[in-house]
Amino acid sequence: MTTSHLPAHHYLNDGYGIRSWLLTRDHKRIALLYLAGVTFFFFIGGAFAVLMRLELATPAGDLVSDETYNKLFTMHGVIMVFFFLIPAIPAVLGNFLIPIMVGARDLAFPKVNLASWYIYMLGGLFTLYALFSGGVDTGWTFYTPFSTVSSTTNVIPTALGIFITGFSSILTGLNFIVTIHRMRAPGLTWSRLPLFLWSMYATSLINVLGTPVLAITLLLIAAERAFHFGFFDPALGGDPVLFQHLFWFYSHPAVYVMVLPAMGVVSELVAAGCRKPVFGYTFVAIASLSIAILGFLVWGHHMFVAGESVYAALIFSILSYLVAIPSAIKVFNWTATMYRGAVSWETPMLYAYGFIGLFTIGGLTGLFLAAVGLNVHVTDTYFIIAHFHYIMVGGTIMAYLGGLHFWWPKISGRLYNEWLARLSAGIIFAGFNLTFFPQFVLGYLGMPRRYHAYPPEFQVLNVLSSAGASILGIGYLIPIAYLMWSLRYGRAASANPWGAVGLEWSTTSPPPTENFAETPTVTWKPYDYEHAVSAPEGHVA
Amino acid sequence: MWSGTPLFPEAASTMATRVDALYFFLLGLGVFFSVLIAGLIVYYAVKFHRKTPRAIGAQLRGNLVVELVWTVVPLLITIVIFVWGAELFYAMSRPPGDSLDIYVVAKQWMWKFQHLDGQREINELHVPTGRDVRLIATSEDVIHDWFVPAFRVKSDVLPGRYVNIWFRATKPGQYHLFCAEYCGTKHSGMVGQVVVMEPHDYQNWLSGGETGRTLASAGERLFVDLACNTCHRLDAQGRGPLLNGLIGKTVRLQSGQSIIADEAYIRESILNPSAKITAGYQPIMPTFQGLVTEEQLLQLIEYVKSLPTGDGASAATKP
Repeated sequence: MTTSHLPAHHYLNDGYGIRSWLLTRDHKRIALLYLAGVTFFFFIGGAFAVLMRLELATPAGDLVSDETYNKLFTMHGVIMVFFFLIPAIPAVLGNFLIPIMVGARDLAFPKVNLASWYIYMLGGLFTLYALFSGGVDTGWTFYTPFSTVSSTTNVIPTALGIFITGFSSILTGLNFIVTIHRMRAPGLTWSRLPLFLWSMYATSLINVLGTPVLAITLLLIAAERAFHFGFFDPALGGDPVLFQHLFWFYSHPAVYVMVLPAMGVVSELVAAGCRKPVFGYTFVAIASLSIAILGFLVWGHHMFVAGESVYAALIFSILSYLVAIPSAIKVFNWTATMYRGAVSWETPMLYAYGFIGLFTIGGLTGLFLAAVGLNVHVTDTYFIIAHFHYIMVGGTIMAYLGGLHFWWPKISGRLYNEWLARLSAGIIFAGFNLTFFPQFVLGYLGMPRRYHAYPPEFQVLNVLSSAGASILGIGYLIPIAYLMWSLRYGRAASANPWGAVGLEWSTTSPPPTENFAETPTVTWKPYDYEHAVSAPEGHVA
Repeated sequence: MWSGTPLFPEAASTMATRVDALYFFLLGLGVFFSVLIAGLIVYYAVKFHRKTPRAIGAQLRGNLVVELVWTVVPLLITIVIFVWGAELFYAMSRPPGDSLDIYVVAKQWMWKFQHLDGQREINELHVPTGRDVRLIATSEDVIHDWFVPAFRVKSDVLPGRYVNIWFRATKPGQYHLFCAEYCGTKHSGMVGQVVVMEPHDYQNWLSGGETGRTLASAGERLFVDLACNTCHRLDAQGRGPLLNGLIGKTVRLQSGQSIIADEAYIRESILNPSAKITAGYQPIMPTFQGLVTEEQLLQLIEYVKSLPTGDGASAATKP
């Protein structure tokens, strides 16, 4: 293999200086702006988690005060959910890849795209200000009447920060939907779309339809808190459970905003890692849309013990099982894709293996939670903490890191150190399981979530979890180091270092600002390795 | 290291073993599918590992029969789990008829209990084995949650509402009581214990200690102190409806609707009397919002419940 060189012109050398970044309309540069933003928030949210795990290493609440602990888990949740998990894959990988994957020059509305980033940062900084100027202690769920009547912390500023950021989700969602509808290259029919685009499309639908409900709910909280409108406080004639309905009507679909993009990434990783079409392409694509639609009908499963009627609970239970089916279909199809593949053991594929395994456990424990009679015992305990971290951290973050490693040569034009990357993938997988598996046991034992102190018999399992968290933290720091290193010292990547098919691999690494010298015409089915024009090259010598 | 570290909770109620049965079924199912998927991934990753840099996989695009199998089989399995979980929940949600009633008031950050015989407890609750216990619970401030892991029972306790929670303890002992809905600064301090006793020990406990007045008689005294008795007269001649035998009865309202009188209805009628006016009566009753505490409300309710169902009972709905 001859040493590759970076192309003479690409989006990274098309203009230098701060203005060329802060005023850019290039979706690829905006993706990197988002990368900086979400990475920043990820490490802030992670630091809060580390402090919580340190506190929980002993049964007594001795490291931080109860007040501080309550603020820590609130800030961890708010930042991770709204400023990392929801934007991470769509705004970074989606932004970078959607126009290239449809063979377009940019998104449909490049200026709106830049505005989305500014709105996201504004909301984020607003929330950070609220958090650091005293913090907030309601949990990321803002349950009433605690949040509107009882809490004395910065509820309104935090809610406003999230409110602002919501507009960024809505605008990005619109931008993606219009781009996928209107800007596909000639020949790129819906049945030829990469599965990543199907999942981004489904995600965008949820963002556009669901986020306004969250915005309204946050305004109602602010109105009740500031002006004592009686929406939720029974003393004012309101209904506290109404808040939970409104909140979960957005926040359950938001779970799919976090995991659907991850599923899209994994479909791409598995196809390229096996050099094979994804098994059951149509079923995987339809599963994404089914999840987006059914996801709007299951919010009540967060409220089985909250005072909703028995019959409502039963209906939400059966609908929750229905939404589990498309997820199961995806897992089976990814696994089947490996059958008779040319299966790679490179870093992106390691993350895909990790994702499938951990998402499977997260999904199967979801079956426990959807069974109403069993949910009663495990809800609001560490069982639920473990369950959703298997989905969000084991699922979404694994896929995000896998995608980042897979497309890094395309994004940066450089190759990272493969062995360090494999090592850190292994550390993350081990650390993750050590952190969260003991929490399933703790949850069934009955340890409630959001406890600053706990009975001594729970200590051993908590110590295991805290030990795992420190390993996990180290695992997340290593990629920062070698990816930054690769920007300067990494070998130049070829246009297609993985030997993958897909329009993004047919342009240079990094791509030119206009993505393609001329608009491509698509004449092949998705993942058409048989007729791939570009010859695959090995990545690891 | 593991001594003193339980890995599975004690089962001390009739519901606990039923919940555990479903849990073990799902655990078996979960282990089976996790091992299946993980096993296939490892097996395929080794067996089909890329041998040459330019190798490509077999170009299989799918198989309709296989897709249908792994759609329908999980669907059938989930229907079984749904029915099992639903049946369990239905049993949990229906308080048995003949139960030992205990009133619970939750507040930041404690649990207050009132027994019918007048005993009051804070953060500790004594109950007998072998008897259905029904808790009628409300909150003074924010949402709390009654959670006793050994019973596998959990329910949010809401302000402005009465929630029924029931269990039948099977094993004497002391069990954790947790607040499981985040309720503010000292949430993790809102814990206590449930002391389950053999029936005769429980009787001894009931008769020991300070013997105050019963809940109903405390309610009766309040009924007089607040001058409720001037209108709600026992001879059915008062300006307010007769209260004898009210609980469980259908009440016809001024609006033309009918409701079944329960604890929540009595509570509302004390705090917000004009919300539901009994047909044939004038909306003259003043509100007692702010004048009676949640605990006093429960005493009044218990007093109303204790009134004998007299002949004049039908007069309550007479126009």
